[in-house]
Amino acid sequence: MSDVADRVRKIVVEHLGVEEDKVVEGASFIDDLGADSLDTVELVMAFEEEFGIEIPDDAAETIQSFGDAVKFISEAA
Amino acid sequence: MFDLTGKNALVTGASGGIGGAIAKSLHEAGATVGLSGTRVEPLEALASELGDRAHVLPCNLSDAEAVTALPKSAADSMGSVDILVNNAGITRDNIFLRMSDEEWASVLEVNLTSTMRLCKGVIRGMMKSRWGRIVNISSVVGATGNPGQANYAASKAGMVGMSKSIAYEVASRGITVNCVAPGFITTAMTDKLNDDQKSGILGQIPAGRMGEADEIAAAVLYLSSAEAGYVTGTTLHVNGGMAML
Repeated sequence: MSDVADRVRKIVVEHLGVEEDKVVEGASFIDDLGADSLDTVELVMAFEEEFGIEIPDDAAETIQSFGDAVKFISEAA
Repeated sequence: MFDLTGKNALVTGASGGIGGAIAKSLHEAGATVGLSGTRVEPLEALASELGDRAHVLPCNLSDAEAVTALPKSAADSMGSVDILVNNAGITRDNIFLRMSDEEWASVLEVNLTSTMRLCKGVIRGMMKSRWGRIVNISSVVGATGNPGQANYAASKAGMVGMSKSIAYEVASRGITVNCVAPGFITTAMTDKLNDDQKSGILGQIPAGRMGEADEIAAAVLYLSSAEAGYVTGTTLHVNGGMAML
């Protein structure tokens, strides 16, 4: 779990250029971390690559926050 | 003049006059080309004429599954799709009052919906590489209308609106989306016109002649180049002055 969280956090920090301590459980990519809608698509693409999973579009739409991403990936991987 | 070395370009309708000229021109500029079309033989012939850096990728654009699979097979054979040229198109002319739903739907499906699907299929890869060029071949008719071509004109005008919308969305990722709108171009299709029809058409063209496929290819080459990186959401009209838009 924590390993997934660390890897997801690293991707978010790199992609959105935010401070690591801002990437907390409830942090919304768009509202709190300054992502635009295209960034969220790119984050999902990066998660797919990092974890070797496929995230279908309808599932991708439910991944709105750092916590959502960690939860989804932990269950999928 | 423009160098596309290292770029991979997918061209639909490459078995036709304009598509073939586009593929040749991108290839000559150094790009690897994926030649798509319904008829395999002319694609094979073009590929062997081009030699290296040419891949044959047959696809029936009225088959949704085949269209969705095309960007992936293109990326598999070339390594990526950096440039997409949606050139394939069909006509099913009829006066509007007699135009059947089938005539309408088939033209919209091939000309507009398949273009949408192909754009969707290549954009993720382009976003990743922070570089991409999409050139959609529209038509002067999409801007001016033409009797007997309500379906074709709608599909070509639809392409312009769609291209502008996509251009907005992906501009920040180094991807440009533009249209080229040919006027009357010398192709197998216009060769069939009789002399009366031809002189009628020429009367409307200030340049006094039909255009050549190479002249469309040159516009596509420019919009595909690194030099055109700040040009997006536009339509380049190549029509001898027939419609100054």
